[in-house]
Amino acid sequence: MGERRAARESRRDREFAAFAAGASGRLLHAATLLTGEPPGGPPGETSAAERLLTTALARTYARWDRLRGEDPYDRTRRELAALFAHRAWRHRRPRGGLLARLTPQERLVLVLRLHEGVPEEQAAAALGLPVDRVRAICARSVTLMREHPPGPPGPPAAAPARASAASKASTASGASTASGASGASA
Amino acid sequence: MSFPDRKEDEVRRMLLGPYPAVPPDLAGRAAERGRRLLRRHRAVRAAGWLLLLAAAVAFTVWAAIVHPWTTPPTDTTPPFEGW
Repeated sequence: MGERRAARESRRDREFAAFAAGASGRLLHAATLLTGEPPGGPPGETSAAERLLTTALARTYARWDRLRGEDPYDRTRRELAALFAHRAWRHRRPRGGLLARLTPQERLVLVLRLHEGVPEEQAAAALGLPVDRVRAICARSVTLMREHPPGPPGPPAAAPARASAASKASTASGASTASGASGASA
Repeated sequence: MSFPDRKEDEVRRMLLGPYPAVPPDLAGRAAERGRRLLRRHRAVRAAGWLLLLAAAVAFTVWAAIVHPWTTPPTDTTPPFEGW
């Protein structure tokens, strides 16, 4: 009995380590988008996104033996969304990230729908909202993001990949990013 | 359908930024917390079963002593003596 449990634990540890090594980069990116923090962040300090992801991963670990064929990535993403929705009020203050301009709910819908590619119905079920509402929030967030394309939010080195998207309307972005950068230091 | 898709694609590209560096001990910390969570769940479940077992034993003992299924002796009528 004890041997079987030990064998199961070591197998779970190995599988979980492999899963976490593969998935945490993408998940941490999603969590960083959700919390609205700038991508770099101060070194040596655990960011809110990291704490969120650690909790979500821990819950996935605790459920590992009872996943029954469910994708652990989907599971962790669901935990992450639920945790974030539960603590959304903590992330109201803009912190200078890419989506700092949006409300927590808009960020959540945008990240689930566009970054993670979750279908509308599943996103609506995960958030406890009607599908129409999810569609409306998504459309509004898309419009908001296109009206004010992000420039470099804090350190200019942080946004080389977004430069192509921002260059189309870079004339309008200067004034809006200044406020985002000042919010990050507050 | 292509028009909103094009807008969504544009925002999707904005979201695609470079992945942040994952701290090397994040998975280990998460696994440690998960183990703690699992232990706590197990403890709660074990406590629940134990409580259920204790209740069942207590009920059995009580029933064996009191015999609640036997009709109690009638003592509503006063004894009819000295007639």
